[in-house]
Formats: sequence, C-alpha cells, structure tokens
Amino acid sequence: MPPEIMQVVLNGKTQTLDKPLTVAQLVDSLALEGKLAVEINQEIIPRGRYDETRINDGDCIEVVRAVGGG
Amino acid sequence: MNASAGSEDQPLVIDGRTYRSRLLVGTGKYRDMNETRRAIDASGAEIVTVAIRRTNIGQDKDQPSLLEILPPNEFTILPNTAGCYDADCAVRTCRLARELLDGHNLIKLEVLGDEKTLYPDIPETIKATEILVKDGFRIMVYTNDDPVMAKRFEELGCIAVMPLAAPIGSGLGIRNPYNIRTIVENAGVPILVDAGVGTASDAAIAMELGCDGVLMNTAIAGAKNPVLMASAMNKAIQAGREAYLAGRIPRKAYASASSPIEGII
Repeated sequence: MPPEIMQVVLNGKTQTLDKPLTVAQLVDSLALEGKLAVEINQEIIPRGRYDETRINDGDCIEVVRAVGGG
Repeated sequence: MNASAGSEDQPLVIDGRTYRSRLLVGTGKYRDMNETRRAIDASGAEIVTVAIRRTNIGQDKDQPSLLEILPPNEFTILPNTAGCYDADCAVRTCRLARELLDGHNLIKLEVLGDEKTLYPDIPETIKATEILVKDGFRIMVYTNDDPVMAKRFEELGCIAVMPLAAPIGSGLGIRNPYNIRTIVENAGVPILVDAGVGTASDAAIAMELGCDGVLMNTAIAGAKNPVLMASAMNKAIQAGREAYLAGRIPRKAYASASSPIEGII
C-alpha cells in the first residue's frame, strides 16, 4: 500500500482515503448539512481544531448530529 | 397558563431558566419534519429532546436537519443518551452533544438496563452521573419510580429527576401514583414524569400528583393525529397543574349533597 493511502473506520464502516486529509477537509468532502460533532479514537475534536487536525491511518472516526428522539 | 389560577403559580425553572410550559416533548417517531414542527407548536413545549446519532454519510444532504426545524434560539434543546446501556456510552454521547451544541451542557441522562422494558440501569446511571457532574454537565436524569433513588440522584447533583410513569413507549400511564407523590414530597429539585404516558388523562394525573412537568414522545408522535394529541396534552398539563394548585376535595365513601337540606318543600 503506498504511504499516502489510508484506511480509516468512519461511522463504523472501513473507508479508504486516497490522500491525507484534515478533519475540515473530511467534513467538507462528506457534504453534510447542519451542526456536527466529530470524535477521533474516542476523543472529541473541537470545531476550532478541524483545520489543524490530520486524519491518521487506522483512525476510528465518528461524525454525529442531532436527530429526532425522546 | 391563562386562567386566573395562573397568577398563583410559579413558572417552571430548569437550570436557572424560566418556562411557561410544563410539557417537555421528544422529537422521535414523527412521519416527517413538518409534522414534528406542527406537533411541537401545538404542544406549546419549550424544551425538546433530541438524540445524538451517526450521520448517514452521503444520504442526508437534501433533507433539512432537525436543528433547522427546531432552532436552538427558539427551543431549549435537551440531548438525550437514549440507546446507551452503560455509563461510558452515556458520557461519550453527552460530550459529543456538548460539542455539537456549542458548549450547551443541559442533558437528559438515561442509561438503559434491558431492551424489553427499557428500565433504567441504576448502577450505571449513578456512575455516569458522578462523571458528568464533575465534568460540568447539568443533568436531568431518567430513573425508575423509586423515592430512595430519586433522592439519591438529587444528592448526586442532578438538577431535575425524571421518574418513569411506565415503560418507555408503553402508554400504560402512571403505574405507581403513590411513589410519584412520595418522590414529589421529598424533592428539592423539579420532578418530571418521563415515559409511559398514553393519553391526556395520564398527563393530567401526573400534574395533579404535584409533578413539576411531564416529558413525553410516543403518546403524541404515535397518536393517529399527533398534532391534535399534542394540543390535548398541552391542555391536560395545564388542567392537571391548576387542579393540583386548587387542591382537590378529599375522597369520601358516601354521598354529600350539593343542594341545601333546609327549605325543601
């Protein structure tokens, strides 16, 4: 596997990223609307740190939002 | 409340904020976002619960998000920890919710013990409460109708205690009114019945017992006409509150005539 190819687990599914990404780039690429929160390896990434936080090979990433619930 | 009795009532205060409505509603199980919003408007609720879930990657970009339909500047958003069966899951969910809602730290803590009953797992709920209180969260806790545990959660620092009326989504109504009344009598924080309400009279009974409010979802969203049921619940909560403040007559075994005895022809 070339070094720039990374495998991550995004919301429980294994995904291959073909280039290094920051959290900001990842969120942009997902084209999600509305408020989100991001956790990498069970650590919350504050919104203000999306630009500086890089995704690493093997990261377990959760992207969550608010949905209807009781 | 708009009747003359309203002037005698104190508003509901949750975490320092004042609310006119004593009905709190969930946002799950509605047909669509439009029905969600119309039902919540009819309910008069100012506090709405939401769940925190994974985004459906690539599938939801054209649908409005819940927080666009129910904006946080219009409603107090109460994220829940529904679906968590241990303290770690609940704590993680609360921290994600706080990040999602820009530092908002009011949460509904529920840690479930069993899929069949959805009864709370009390030891795990206590564990989560201790961690979350230290972490600065303001906790409204879902618990069973046990007066001892209700008091314990208050002592642990929960800002509201929410005993169940009956299992979540069951619609069985208040199964143990004597316990609910005892919980209310002992309480130094708001007590809200959470879960198990089936219809308007159940909500009124909770309020007549002296509860500070009621939180419900399925009773409204699962009704044939959710918007009409939301309106019914709005009125039932107000009627039950006024009846509680008015002070009901004692129950008697025998009749007591309403017309004068004297002057009968």
